[in-house]
Amino acid sequence: MTMAWLSEFLVSALILIGAFFLFVGSFGLMKLPDIMRRLHAPTKSTTLGIGSLLIASMLYFALLRDEPSLHELIMSVFLFLTAPITAHMISKAHILRSRALQQELPKPPGEEGWATLDPHGVDEARSTEPAQPPR
Amino acid sequence: MSKLLPHPILTLVIAFVFVALINTFSLGSMLLGGVIGVAIPLFTSPYWPVSPTIRNPLKVVEYVAIVGWDIVVSNVQVAYWVLFWPSRRLQTRYVVVPLELTSPEAIALLAGTITMTPGTVSADLAADGSAILVHCLHTTDPDGTVAQIKTRYERRLKEIFG
Repeated sequence: MTMAWLSEFLVSALILIGAFFLFVGSFGLMKLPDIMRRLHAPTKSTTLGIGSLLIASMLYFALLRDEPSLHELIMSVFLFLTAPITAHMISKAHILRSRALQQELPKPPGEEGWATLDPHGVDEARSTEPAQPPR
Repeated sequence: MSKLLPHPILTLVIAFVFVALINTFSLGSMLLGGVIGVAIPLFTSPYWPVSPTIRNPLKVVEYVAIVGWDIVVSNVQVAYWVLFWPSRRLQTRYVVVPLELTSPEAIALLAGTITMTPGTVSADLAADGSAILVHCLHTTDPDGTVAQIKTRYERRLKEIFG
């Protein structure tokens, strides 16, 4: 009986923590002023928020319903793989779109520029398109 | 051996993902998972010709633990900034992290780690792979941030991938 009480308490706590961080993620998306700063809120807060919801779901099914489930594990793996890639693509698109930003970016230490603006990199054969975005 | 299984770890991962998606440990699902796990690396190996060598599997466990902990810390940190700080107080800027890593897999892992951890998003990679452009939500000490990324993550990835 105490065991069930303890599991229920744990699951509820994890759901509340998850909900809190999901709220912070959405609130940050609304509050922060520009696209790059807005990227920070969903890449971080949302992963931890959904992460704790998934752990809560796993604990609930394993401890209280006796039906252990692996779906949550896969969801968190996919989430951790896709969130950074999406953020990277959004920031690359932002760099490509914004002329003002391109002027003030710090330069990389090597001979080549940033990959988004200077795709003629190591393998020149791959791209013959000009680096400039359409106006 | 290497002809049939070009990426043995990928085979294991695909088989496990398949079983987890089916969500039951039956012989049939494991067998089918195994077949798919052998077939997919075979068909995709032309696009991934050079396998990375993982020199130290124990270090992988250590790295995952450290990154997991940092994700929790960074979430609390970013939540605090978002909720209690006015946006104009955030000193947002780009920093350049020069890379010593050369393996594409290691660089991809580092870029993903940077995005998931304290107040940083990896924004772009240099065309010759010599540096990552990192966007910091708030930093008063850009050199310190770069040094932290290099010592905390890049050094460990270098130990893992060699």
